[in-house]
Amino acid sequence: MARVLVGVKRVIDYAVKIRVKPDKTGVVMDGIKHSMNPFDEIAIEEAVRLKEKKIAQEVIAVSCGPTQSQDTIRTALAMGADRGIHIEVSGSDYQTLQPIHVSKLLAKLAKEEKVDLVILGKQAIDDDNNQTAQMTAGVLDWPSGTFCSKIEHNNGELTVTREIDGGLEVIKMKTPAVLSADLRLNEPRYATLPNIMKAKKKPIRKLTPKDLGIDITSRIEILSVVDPPVRQAGAILPDVDTLIAKLKEGGHV
Amino acid sequence: MFSTYFRALRATSKFGSLARYESTLVIAEHNNESLLPITSNALTAAKKIGGDVIVLVAGSKCQAVAQSACKAQGVSKVLLADSDAFKGFTAESLTPLIITLCNEHKFTHVLAGASAFGKALLPRVAAKLDVSPVSDVIDIKTSDTFIRTIYAGNAIQTVKSKDNVKVASVRGTSFAAAPLEGGDAKCENVATDGYTANQVQYIKQELSKSDRPELTSAKVVISGGRGMKSGENFQLLYTLADKLNAAVGASRAAVDAGYVPNDLQVGQTGKIVAPDLYVAVGISGAIQHLAGMKDSKTIVAINKDPEAPIFQVADYGLVADLFKVVPELTEKL
Repeated sequence: MARVLVGVKRVIDYAVKIRVKPDKTGVVMDGIKHSMNPFDEIAIEEAVRLKEKKIAQEVIAVSCGPTQSQDTIRTALAMGADRGIHIEVSGSDYQTLQPIHVSKLLAKLAKEEKVDLVILGKQAIDDDNNQTAQMTAGVLDWPSGTFCSKIEHNNGELTVTREIDGGLEVIKMKTPAVLSADLRLNEPRYATLPNIMKAKKKPIRKLTPKDLGIDITSRIEILSVVDPPVRQAGAILPDVDTLIAKLKEGGHV
Repeated sequence: MFSTYFRALRATSKFGSLARYESTLVIAEHNNESLLPITSNALTAAKKIGGDVIVLVAGSKCQAVAQSACKAQGVSKVLLADSDAFKGFTAESLTPLIITLCNEHKFTHVLAGASAFGKALLPRVAAKLDVSPVSDVIDIKTSDTFIRTIYAGNAIQTVKSKDNVKVASVRGTSFAAAPLEGGDAKCENVATDGYTANQVQYIKQELSKSDRPELTSAKVVISGGRGMKSGENFQLLYTLADKLNAAVGASRAAVDAGYVPNDLQVGQTGKIVAPDLYVAVGISGAIQHLAGMKDSKTIVAINKDPEAPIFQVADYGLVADLFKVVPELTEKL
């Protein structure tokens, strides 16, 4: 297997409590801590492990977004990716950038870079879509292994264990293929300081959707973003008997 | 008489606005023996769109499933695609079938439940139709306007799809289950030649076996977190669950620690549940866990840390050692 392409997204850090903008257009992004989408860290880790096992020769990290997305690519490079590609999308274009666009951009790059495997996170924790990997596979007409918890590679064939609702499922496919990483695929490594320094020297190629010939006109209009309903404050009960009484009152037992 | 009048009025207004009559394809999720509960929830969502509701049952030897879909209320027609090609229900084999049906029947909407099956399949279908799908919708405002959550349920987004075919997955817990009786739809066989997906080979499934109710549709859910300290201690919850006819769930911490299998995980990246009663035991209540359970009708938290965020969403809280309180609760119920 020659090359692996990994998509990485810059998202608001998972530990941040987000705030909805008063004008209902979205959530507050400015001055908020961002980091790499946790599922994408797992995707990068898996690609780097494939390289360490000499199954992959090169790992390319790609991110679509504003200038700051380069920080996310640098993180991927520090984790062991060889080079980066930044597809610059900013301003209002970025607000309406959707998996349909990203999947087309990734598919185009996958062809151009002649990759054998695309690994993505199963979902981004901001828009919670869980679409990009499936759509990229659809655009390329490649097989997909979604929600992977184990990836084995033998003689050009991938055996993929997927997390499904009732348990696990095993499928086999040949490359080229698209995989999406679930939480339990691996434990991502921390980038060490020397690797962070080395990552600064690794190349990042800059492109625009136009360079790749992909139209990013919005297909979905966001009408509003609001806070979810707030739950009524509850009560701390003194003992089990009171709890049982309350549950009986509510008709639960 | 009134009904005739209203029908005429409706027809006129449809004609007046030049709106295309809606027809929704619901992709049934089943195991070749029976429909899975989330399909009933998806049917309710489809009815909310208005217009015809057509159900696709694709699988191998799934006649019985198609028959039961015919009996579901509000279904206009059932399409049965019975072939070994659909073994394992792979997205690679089902997508070309769905695309063929979309071209033939000009559906305005394609829906499925937002389960592992629906999530794996629908975006591939959308890519082939060159439309932008809408994931995990919690409500349908009009035929092109959908409501969904973002940021682990911490914001609610209303989106309007501009595409000519709307492809959407439906959050099961947000729509009531449509009754699987009272209907009398016709079942039509569809051609199944040429859909064998050589791209992917289905090998096997390893499903966790349990006599308890299924997690996403259970009326009562008891979940354990890191505070359970070991897999053996989950027995405390199983015993309590059996008393309440409840399903057992878990936080990511409990799954990662190996106390229970992954498919029990409740949260942003696990299952979304909204039972009548949710009992969180030894769960701190991280944002990601709350995303999966905060629409439960009544939430009970048992945790020894009074500062645990779970108490902010709990209707009833017990600040106590779970190893004392859970057996006591089981005994007294």
